[in-house]
Amino acid sequence: MKITLWYPVTGRLSVLSILFSVLSITAMAQTDADAIMMEKNNFCTGAMYSYSSWKNYWEGTFKRDNANFGTVSTKMIGIMGNYGISDKLNVLFSIPYVQTKATAGTLHGQKGVQDLSLWIKYMPFEKKIGPGTLSLYAVGGFSFPVTNYVVDYLPLSIGLRSKNISLRGLVDYQVKNWFATAGVTYINRSNIKIDRDSYYTTELHLTNEVDMPDAMQYQFRAGWRSDRFIAEAVLSNWTTMGGFDITKNNMPFPSNKMNMTAVGVSGKYNVKAVDGLSIIGGGNYTVAGRNVGQSTGIYGGVFYILNFNKKKKTTEQSSDKK
Amino acid sequence: MKKQILFSLIMVVGVSLVMLHSCTKSVAGRTDDISALQPSKTDANAGTWKPILLNAPDEFAVAAPIATNSPDYIAQVNEIKAWQKNISEKEKEMVKYWSAGAVLRWNEILRELVAKHNLPPYQNADGTYPFPSANNPLAYPLFPFANPPYAARAYAYVSAAQYDALVAAYHYKKLYNRAAPYNVDASINVMVNKSDLPSYPSEDAVVEGAAVEMLKLLFPGDQDFIQQKATEHKNARIISGANVRSDIDAGEALGKAVAQKFVTRARGDRAGAAIGNQAGWTQLENDAIAKGETPWYSLEVPKRPPMLPLFGKVKAFLFDSLTMVTQIRPGPPPLVKSDKMKQETDEALENIKNDTREHYRIVHYWADGVGTATPPGHWDAIAAEDFIKKNYSEVRWARNMALLNMSLMDAAIVCWDAKYYYFNPRPTQLNPAIKTLTGIPNFPAYISGHSTFSGAAASILSYIIPENADKYNAMAKEASLSRMYAGIHYRADCEVGLVTGGKVGAYAVARGNSDGAGN
Repeated sequence: MKITLWYPVTGRLSVLSILFSVLSITAMAQTDADAIMMEKNNFCTGAMYSYSSWKNYWEGTFKRDNANFGTVSTKMIGIMGNYGISDKLNVLFSIPYVQTKATAGTLHGQKGVQDLSLWIKYMPFEKKIGPGTLSLYAVGGFSFPVTNYVVDYLPLSIGLRSKNISLRGLVDYQVKNWFATAGVTYINRSNIKIDRDSYYTTELHLTNEVDMPDAMQYQFRAGWRSDRFIAEAVLSNWTTMGGFDITKNNMPFPSNKMNMTAVGVSGKYNVKAVDGLSIIGGGNYTVAGRNVGQSTGIYGGVFYILNFNKKKKTTEQSSDKK
Repeated sequence: MKKQILFSLIMVVGVSLVMLHSCTKSVAGRTDDISALQPSKTDANAGTWKPILLNAPDEFAVAAPIATNSPDYIAQVNEIKAWQKNISEKEKEMVKYWSAGAVLRWNEILRELVAKHNLPPYQNADGTYPFPSANNPLAYPLFPFANPPYAARAYAYVSAAQYDALVAAYHYKKLYNRAAPYNVDASINVMVNKSDLPSYPSEDAVVEGAAVEMLKLLFPGDQDFIQQKATEHKNARIISGANVRSDIDAGEALGKAVAQKFVTRARGDRAGAAIGNQAGWTQLENDAIAKGETPWYSLEVPKRPPMLPLFGKVKAFLFDSLTMVTQIRPGPPPLVKSDKMKQETDEALENIKNDTREHYRIVHYWADGVGTATPPGHWDAIAAEDFIKKNYSEVRWARNMALLNMSLMDAAIVCWDAKYYYFNPRPTQLNPAIKTLTGIPNFPAYISGHSTFSGAAASILSYIIPENADKYNAMAKEASLSRMYAGIHYRADCEVGLVTGGKVGAYAVARGNSDGAGN
């Protein structure tokens, strides 16, 4: 679906790497994960704010709370952009500032700029099949930390520091205004370095380097979209391919087996009065997990499309032709 | 259309290749690949060194070995050859791993056990806490909770038992003077460094036997893991051609017999009662109030009983309790209501507000908290990695580790004595705005455990490797400072802790000067 040109980037914020606190935000609307393309020479940029928190978490498979953390919250402000190199090839970026806090206990919260994420998104196939339109997408991503933030301090770390290479496939099918999108992502994560020079997982490691297990992400989204509105329900799952469980009453560790399944809703509105301006919002809730917090999150953002095409027409109008 | 599909295929393949490339990311440990131990001197006279508990090196008898021309011995040599003929890759790795040094590897295994067990028990539904039971070690909470005092004591007993067992072994090596199998039969393929040291009884098996026997007491729930390591160790020595089976059997038996003496001491050293009881915990609180002081309170929710309040009563290795109370116990901390204490609490607040990245690095490098080998284990790691470079004989390895770990255990005793004698609150108890850069340990502040451990370790290690003295002192200072940066200690805790630890280390230095080993 490439015609909804006003449709903004709706930040993934590279939160894939903040699993323990805020994995649920991955369930948010996310342009690198949706079946939407920017048209050639259009640049959509904007900012997003999100808040998520959890009181209960899974220590391995054991669900518990912890009065020494109380409620752990993560606030995030992200800036992101999406540029159409062509109608079928987009490049995207996002960079978030993250702040964590625990309402109880004595641990000091963390804040800082986290990881820069870059994606190339390509739509090789779009064809009318049956009553609707089928389109396929491939998204390659790379993310890396841009500051030297503390990683080995979960659940209050702002990220996991690994450099990630991701490859995603998306299938979208739209009948009139109704659509469904399914996606699978493989995330390869680099080793990370921590401040300690030894650590115990299921055995003792005499090194400061930590092998980060790779991960898979699955998502399914369905809803209604037009040139002015999008409303959708999102089901997403993150599964770590390896890693180990937090042992009883231990602290979490970056290479834990962090899994989670979240449900959410998201919506976008293209402001009629200002061409190219849109607002987004949504929320999500973690329904199942392992070695992660059971977070609930909300978010909202404002985006604007700059059209670098020489022609006078707005992107939206041009889209009507298709 | 075709072009587009081709392009997307190229992209997919390209990204996949990059991913495969970066998939090779297994992480090696610092001591995984070190070479076989080649002692710079054999220390063949170590049988004359002063033991710690043994009355004499021949307190436990070791029978004379069979002659190297006997059919039985030849059969044992053939066992080596048969094993080597069908050696597997896994066995080669085993030989390489153990050839790095017996004392080193058992110290690493012990650190691993400590890290696994260094977890405070999860609370009961009613907000009380269960305690681990040595009689039922596999039931939750697992026994032991290897907290810093428990760990310090474990490292000390294992090291000390290994040292005494090796002194005895070297005595018999010299007495019986049976050559190593490769010096008897030159056709044996030797996979370790050759030595002129007599091989009966095997020093490796002595170290293994002493460790296994001590660990039955200290980590009773991990016997499968420990026995597996022991079997691998013994087999590795035979496979490598370093020992025949009778070297191993005699060594293991000697190691276990000597360790029994340490087990008996450990059973009576009062550590078993160090947890105390509710009446005792309340008494500590009331005593502090009676003195006009603010007592320590647990900052955990629910409040957890203080960690091992009677550990200060444990029998030390390097001095008696009267010496500890009169010569080593530090003077009191600033009164809780004094200006000095207010000033130090304000300093703790300033420290956590100034939470620079470098402060986090220092705090987390030295934190050695839950799920780690503890500060004593960290100092063992620092020492071990330096000892590797010194090419010590096994007996010198054991002697130096014993000096270090007796210092650390006795530092724990002195530190815990002070903590519960003064029962001083943590900075965050006096000012809840102090949000710490690492977890607050569940015991009183004065004096800092990290500082006491580090002061003791730096003192004895500077004696053992004088050229590293500046490094050890700088590390100890940083470890001590890390607790202030973290906001979990006052300046007085750290400064007095470092000095007090140094005093403990001096007793180990005195022992080192008189044990006949020289440096």
